[in-house]
Amino acid sequence: MSEITSLTLYELIKNIKEKKISSNEAAKSFVDRAEKSKKINVYVTENFENCLKLSKEFDDKPNFDLKLPGIPIAVKDLFCTNEVRTTAGSNILNNFVPTYESTVTQNIWNEGGILLGKLNCDEFAMGSSNETSFFGNVQNPIAEDLVPGGSSGGSSSALAANLTPVTIGTDTGGSIRQPASFTGTVGLKPTYGSCSRYGIVAFASSLDQAGPMSKDVKDSSILLEVISSFDKKDSTSIDFKRNNYSSELTRNIKGLKIGIPKEYRVDGMPDEIEKLWKKGIEYAKDCGTEIIDISLPHTRYALPTYYIVAPAEASSNLARYDGVKYGLRSSGKNLIDMYEKTRSEGFGEEVKRRVMIGTYVLSSGYYDAYYLKAQKVRQLIKQDFDQAYNKVDAILTPSTPSSAFKIGEKSNDPVSMYLNDIFTVPVNLAGLPGISIPAGVDKNNYPLGLQIIGKPFDEQTVLNIAYSMEEKINYKNNITDWWMK
Amino acid sequence: MDEIMSKNNSEYLIERNDNVYEVVIGLEVHAQVTSNSKLFSSSSTKFGAEPNTQVSLVDAAFPGMLPVINEFCVKQAIKTGIGLKAKINNKSVFDRKNYFYADLPQGYQISQYKYPIVGEGNVILDMPEGQKQVGIERLHLEQDAGKSIHDIDPSNTLVDLNRSGVALMEIVSKPDLRSPDEVNAYIKKLRSIMRYLGTCDGNMQEGSLRADVNVSVRIKGSTDLGTRCEIKNVNSIKYMQMAIIYEANRQVDLIEEGQEIDQETRLFDTKKNETRSMRSKEDAHDYRYFPDPDLLPLEVTDEFIDKLKSEIPELPDDKKKRFIDEFKVSPYDATILVSDIDTAKYFEEVVAKMGKNRDMKLAVNWITGELFAVLNEKNIEIAQSPISAKNLAKLINLIKNGTISGKIAKTIFELMLNGDIDPQIIVEEKGLKQVSDPKALEALIDKIINDNREKAIEYKQGKEKLFGFFVGQAMKASGGKANPQLINEILKKKL
Repeated sequence: MSEITSLTLYELIKNIKEKKISSNEAAKSFVDRAEKSKKINVYVTENFENCLKLSKEFDDKPNFDLKLPGIPIAVKDLFCTNEVRTTAGSNILNNFVPTYESTVTQNIWNEGGILLGKLNCDEFAMGSSNETSFFGNVQNPIAEDLVPGGSSGGSSSALAANLTPVTIGTDTGGSIRQPASFTGTVGLKPTYGSCSRYGIVAFASSLDQAGPMSKDVKDSSILLEVISSFDKKDSTSIDFKRNNYSSELTRNIKGLKIGIPKEYRVDGMPDEIEKLWKKGIEYAKDCGTEIIDISLPHTRYALPTYYIVAPAEASSNLARYDGVKYGLRSSGKNLIDMYEKTRSEGFGEEVKRRVMIGTYVLSSGYYDAYYLKAQKVRQLIKQDFDQAYNKVDAILTPSTPSSAFKIGEKSNDPVSMYLNDIFTVPVNLAGLPGISIPAGVDKNNYPLGLQIIGKPFDEQTVLNIAYSMEEKINYKNNITDWWMK
Repeated sequence: MDEIMSKNNSEYLIERNDNVYEVVIGLEVHAQVTSNSKLFSSSSTKFGAEPNTQVSLVDAAFPGMLPVINEFCVKQAIKTGIGLKAKINNKSVFDRKNYFYADLPQGYQISQYKYPIVGEGNVILDMPEGQKQVGIERLHLEQDAGKSIHDIDPSNTLVDLNRSGVALMEIVSKPDLRSPDEVNAYIKKLRSIMRYLGTCDGNMQEGSLRADVNVSVRIKGSTDLGTRCEIKNVNSIKYMQMAIIYEANRQVDLIEEGQEIDQETRLFDTKKNETRSMRSKEDAHDYRYFPDPDLLPLEVTDEFIDKLKSEIPELPDDKKKRFIDEFKVSPYDATILVSDIDTAKYFEEVVAKMGKNRDMKLAVNWITGELFAVLNEKNIEIAQSPISAKNLAKLINLIKNGTISGKIAKTIFELMLNGDIDPQIIVEEKGLKQVSDPKALEALIDKIINDNREKAIEYKQGKEKLFGFFVGQAMKASGGKANPQLINEILKKKL
């Protein structure tokens, strides 16, 4: 059965449609493999029994017109799922079972997808290594004691370990692309406003965006087509004409102009990242694109700007977790005492740190110097991209400044942890689509990713470039299933 | 507009030793928007439902829930702005006002801080000494909080979220009010305008209209503003007035004792009739306002605003002017008639039903006299009047055309109360038609003079006040139905 779990989404769909594999067989394969993979700790909540039941129901009354016919899929535990516990990786939501479904997951079930379970992630998506989860570290299938990236670390790990054919994550500052890069998988953050935020536990509302994570680019295009939709329930959702991303996917990208931003050559960046980038440029040329040097002058302000805007919004978004209505409630002498105990026990260190930073930058007397300034810089960063896109169709950068690091290596150094997001954060600040594709390995044979950034709503071009380069790069993960031994 | 500084009815001054103080008042009125659903969710806003039965996932701030603006509430706010002759802003922004409280599920209130939907405007008050203009600083939209209930469970506070997320308009006045009477007139005028517009029902008992009252005092004639105190959440005009009087006197006493006034938030204790400190400026909340990233800036086009303008009904000021010009009603009567939209409607319907030969003075007197007395006595609104405008108009016409006397009309009015009976039918059934036949009256009067010969002689000898006696006898003999004018004429002739 192992070959079922190693199939791409596209191949699995094909096999199911051709009745070579039943939905229930597929579900069983993933469940069996998950049972043997507890060590890597990808699941916060398993939905295995229900998944097996629903897959059987699908097989009894199959509908092969659907885009995800009977496909078992595990999702990041930041998406609210009806009647299935949703924790956001936090103790404060440890017992929370929603009575509603996020729009993005609903879109997946509407197209025939079946929930396998909820995947581990950094607490409230705050983290770059999955180490802030209340439910423990996640192992990177690439090597033992290696972080899978974050915040969608459970998602990237499950994908690389063949525990789900495809998955969805959320990306606020790189939480899809960085873990994809660390696990040799593909992760796409769509344009802000493409995928509805309704029913996704909010981290930073102006930055959060759901997106597909997959084994290859084609699978991401299939899943994006399903999850991207205009939604009246999200006031920031945008009603634009969405492509049929998978059927419009093409390797004909000849003549496209690809920008190389000089500001992404940051101090102290390892040689192998520089080399990877150069290699990427060569691959892009091989695909027939024209390489153009560009400047994004405000890039160096992106990280500090992000670490003002995101915590500010988070400090307010997380105020609702107060022990009054749902989730954890610690008993206290009075209301204030109850708040303090609930939030002290309910939130982990990183979440507390960001709530404090956010509260501080919004305080009267500091608002103008921090939050307001950051918003202005954010506009400048966006303008940088707008100007660049007068000259180029897309931008090529490394996904991360390093490969995956060891569990515990950076957990006591928040600033060095934050630096992980240096290449991904500007994309969120500008609301642009960006994809990370595996492009090589470092000296330890750990995967490295390249990022392609596109124009707003131009996911198709981003996917097409990634699809073309993927063929040239021809990267293959070498997963040894070490955790089963 | 500068107020004329003369001693007049509505002026409120405090004299201490040789100093005369005036009070400076500004109001932040919270008016519940008339709307079937909440500002950012589709939950019902109906008053009086069982606790927590009108709460959506959005209102209870469940994870991942997002606000979506209710267009109708936006229209209501803009209409109110138009009614306040205010600038409507094409772009406004919803901000989050962050604070923790058990009945605030999100941990923040969505409000408008820097960029409100409505800017400066004004309201005209009709005071006994003349008109006064009060400036409006702004109007913004915001969410109401839920309700904490402390007196049901001995050890817990219970929370009812039915009100959570209900749309409020906060209407901020300039510090232009100078007395409890002006505050009374201001609140009533605001209420009147909003009821005309249908944007707020103004029901203070149900909490649809409440106010934070800012009070400061200064030596009369000074143009500097004193340090103000804000009295939170006062829910009746009477309490506002009581709170202002208490607070102004408290502040004057402090100044006279040479003490400083602390800028603070105070509460009005209705039982003790005093204001109490709630929190000082130092303890003031830091609300950490910032634009709500879940909502885009609210943009309205000029066309959108113009369309709403075209839907605005005639408002009290214009209606009053028209009543004076067209119906020749006195300014005093006009003010009373237009103060409430239902009264104005009723009056206009009476006028319409009276037809060509209408008598405005009679109409005004009957509405503001007899009808108001009945409404007061029954404690009901004019919309529930037991006598329809149509039948009151008929009654007035019966008086006007001499069919009945004013006195009989009062009897008929009483009878009409039992189910809005047509006065014409009462007149016919009870035979109350006025006797205006001179021959019949002459016969009747001849008999009275005959029966009272001695009095008739006394009258002729100069005891003129006996004339009234004969009128009375004639009316009595006719069962009140005799036309009093005819009786006068005939008596004068015969005596």
